[in-house]
Amino acid sequence: MHSGYWLIATLVLPLIGAAVLVVIPDERKDVVRWLSALIGAALFALSAYIFFAYETGKSSDHQVYQFFIRWDWLQNVAFLGPHGIALTFGVDGIAAPMVLLTGVVAFGGALISWKIEHHNKDFFILFWVLVSGVFGTFESLDLFFFFFFYEVAVLPMYLLIAVWGSSSVFPTFTRTKEYSAMKLTIMLVAASILIFLGIFAVFKEAGLGTFDLQKLYAYQFDERFQKMVFPLFVIGCGVLAGLWPFHTWSPDGHVSAPTAVSMLHAGVLMKLGAFGIIRLGIQLLPAGATFWMPGLMILATCNVVYGAFAATAQRDFKYMIGYSSVSHMGLVLMGLATMNVIGVDGAVLQMFAHGVMTATFFAMVGAIYDQTHTRDMRSYGGLVNKTPLFVFFFGVAGLASLGLPGLAGFVAEFNIFVGTFRTYPWAAALGIFAAMLTAVYILRMWTWTFFGTFNERWAELKEMTYLERATATLLLASMLFMGLWPAPFIDRIQESVRLLPGVS
Amino acid sequence: MSLNYDYSLFIPEFLLAGLVVAVMGLDLFAPQFKKTWLSYVAAAGLAATAAVSLAWIGKESNFARIVAIDNYTTYFRVFFMATAAVVCLASGRLVEQKLRHPGEYYSLIILSTIGAIGMAASRELMTAYLSLELLSFSLYILVGYQKFDARSNEAGIKYLLLGAFASAMFLYGLSLIYGVAGTTYYTDIAANLKAGTHDYSFALLMGLVLIIAGLGFKVAAVPFHMWTPDAYEGAPVAITAYLATTSKAAGFALLLRLFGGAFLVVHDDWSWMIAGIAAASMILGNLVALQQHNIKRLMAYSSIGQIGYMLMGIAGLSHDTASAIVLHMTGYMVSNMAIFVVIIAWYNLTGTEEIEDFRGMRERAPLLAGTLAGALFSLAGLPLFAGFVTKFILFQAVTDAGYLWLAGIAVVTSVVSLFYYLQVMRQAFVSAPAEGEGALSVPVLMNGLAFTLMLGVFYIGLYPQQLFDAISNATGFLFV
Repeated sequence: MHSGYWLIATLVLPLIGAAVLVVIPDERKDVVRWLSALIGAALFALSAYIFFAYETGKSSDHQVYQFFIRWDWLQNVAFLGPHGIALTFGVDGIAAPMVLLTGVVAFGGALISWKIEHHNKDFFILFWVLVSGVFGTFESLDLFFFFFFYEVAVLPMYLLIAVWGSSSVFPTFTRTKEYSAMKLTIMLVAASILIFLGIFAVFKEAGLGTFDLQKLYAYQFDERFQKMVFPLFVIGCGVLAGLWPFHTWSPDGHVSAPTAVSMLHAGVLMKLGAFGIIRLGIQLLPAGATFWMPGLMILATCNVVYGAFAATAQRDFKYMIGYSSVSHMGLVLMGLATMNVIGVDGAVLQMFAHGVMTATFFAMVGAIYDQTHTRDMRSYGGLVNKTPLFVFFFGVAGLASLGLPGLAGFVAEFNIFVGTFRTYPWAAALGIFAAMLTAVYILRMWTWTFFGTFNERWAELKEMTYLERATATLLLASMLFMGLWPAPFIDRIQESVRLLPGVS
Repeated sequence: MSLNYDYSLFIPEFLLAGLVVAVMGLDLFAPQFKKTWLSYVAAAGLAATAAVSLAWIGKESNFARIVAIDNYTTYFRVFFMATAAVVCLASGRLVEQKLRHPGEYYSLIILSTIGAIGMAASRELMTAYLSLELLSFSLYILVGYQKFDARSNEAGIKYLLLGAFASAMFLYGLSLIYGVAGTTYYTDIAANLKAGTHDYSFALLMGLVLIIAGLGFKVAAVPFHMWTPDAYEGAPVAITAYLATTSKAAGFALLLRLFGGAFLVVHDDWSWMIAGIAAASMILGNLVALQQHNIKRLMAYSSIGQIGYMLMGIAGLSHDTASAIVLHMTGYMVSNMAIFVVIIAWYNLTGTEEIEDFRGMRERAPLLAGTLAGALFSLAGLPLFAGFVTKFILFQAVTDAGYLWLAGIAVVTSVVSLFYYLQVMRQAFVSAPAEGEGALSVPVLMNGLAFTLMLGVFYIGLYPQQLFDAISNATGFLFV
């Protein structure tokens, strides 16, 4: 067995980094950058190690989690029961790819944020707190700490968006960054109320006196109770996953956020929501899941179709990506709602695929926006003549997004649609229709920005910097890795998905 | 019955009384002594006395059955002396610039601390009342201490009139209880109430209503909160900090001792009142806070909301909830004090206390801004900071006591509170400073205090075990 200290390292390293950054003087901006790049690289290495060292073929009903570690944290609290709250961490085949995803995107985000000048120290402090929260949520096996880290991931968002973000000016109104930041924070925290109440209910109903998820998984909850509490978890987590009709924070928030935060938030944080549905919904309350999944399927289908239509209507780069995220997260939820192995497999694969795709999108838009200060796609044109590399990276991410074989998105979407066809053919049909819409808005973006006559307004435009290239290469490599050789992912995911209760 | 008249039990209080005289004497007879040093003398004296009072850890004793010296008293001795020490340290420059008669100022703070300790320690109605009055009278003077400031005068008068009215109600309530139970000792009241009160049930109810109204005023619970925003706004800002922490914590120390020791047997008669007050405080405090422009008024309404959270625990009073209340109160005290250190330092340097004047704090005083953000997150109940753990435990305890609906209100209003805390943070971090407003040189003392309090916030938030064990042990003495 591997040591759980590897997981602890992923949580503690960013927090220590943040603490060290606090004492670095404001004006030593380069020290901050190098230190953050180092933390990012170390986290990437750690997460890659955790992913590859995760051993397949060892899972059984008794031994699901690897890198397991458990420390007592709060004991002797009468109403918390004899076991109290313990720091419990471990990963299964579903969490392992998510850890890798977080490492990749956090590293990329640290590199792409190199150019931040305004108080970059504060930015990185908040950024690393955010990253620590994300790792913690994926790795927690204790209900209390799941919620703890979940909130840690939401905590820095307001300042990250409101200080370093950008406002959007529309013809008739302006959407300020403060507005977007507040909307995102309040919606996510309000949603977490539902999770909070769900945790209380589960704790009290089980009466085991423990928040340990493994013990709670083993408990058979009353079927009526499961049906009552499951919606709390699914809507609570679903808001973060961009579940329609609670997705409205997502486009506004992601558009206003600075590049690295958009990458991390759309790329990784939204996955926390879907991951929560698996950990708290399917695993904890399987009968509730079986009962409610048709409902989730309807909402998820709305997500997929609505998101795609809304993306088609956008003229703004980031809003288009924001709505495409809503659509693609809908595919994740669709896969989960199938409750069959292939569909849930696809959902987890899509979580990874969408994470790297969207991160690439936001990184590339950020790269171009920093030079041009406009996100109106129609004010560009013929960029391929001037910045071929940008077009290449952005183009490949676009192809992955519309599900081209050989790239990450294909493997994932294929699984999801196969799974959905078995149970809800109508939803699969609508989903495939929406996937075609993806092609419409991605290819139209190409015509508007990459090809056609070159707009002389951008004659001064420079090619991407080396750091941006490095980030894009890292993300692209992940996309190709999963697209061309999905076996390591599928092996890990499938093994754990098969053990999920209620998934056949 | 032989009573124990061991005066050595009061050594910490005697020391504090000596400190009062020493500080006043220094001010009076040593004119060459620098006035800022008075704050250091007061703080050092308080810290030393707190250290002395640690000698009573683990000892259980009482003075003539009217005052109990147990771990609960020791906990609050340290708690109140530490709070008073921080307030004294933070006041130094404020007193020098804005107030007269520094000797009396610090003396009154120390004197009120003795009252607060008495409230935590008394096990007899009259002693509790006298301690409460000692605290209140010191505070009436301190609130109106800015003699030539109309707002401070108004606040002082308002606080005095309403406070005297509340004290009268409290006293009337006590006399009714005496009439019903025939004794003023908590343990005897409990025993006599248990024996049966059918003949006097209306008098008992009236007594409880008046006691709850009187104490509700002292802790500023809705609907007895009207004085709070005005008193907070008018008082010198360091006294506002003191009002928000010690005066409320003392009210709860008394409530816990009295309701745990004397009235637990008639729990059904009063729990619904407290539950209603708690719900009203949480809702009204947090909603009205949304409208505030002045940071002191905002903190006033925010504290009303926080009081609501703690009152929920009183409604379902047991050893569990008592521990949870004291834990939350401690976390609240440290976070709140951190915020007030920032407000005081900012006021000293800029002379403003409007929220919009916080703009550019990040540029002008980075450490203060960081502290403000962390402490506000803590009050809002976000993790890594104290507020998350203490609220989680408190809400869990309340749910466990059968008040799920109250916990539900508490969670929802916590989200509302996040909204207005973020508005403050927005000014400090997002808004740029106005033209020509450069970096401020914050005194090392204030930065040091802010930093130390933040360490406390993280300590409670990340590793609450030790503190919880101490509190759980202390509150065990309430229910003997």
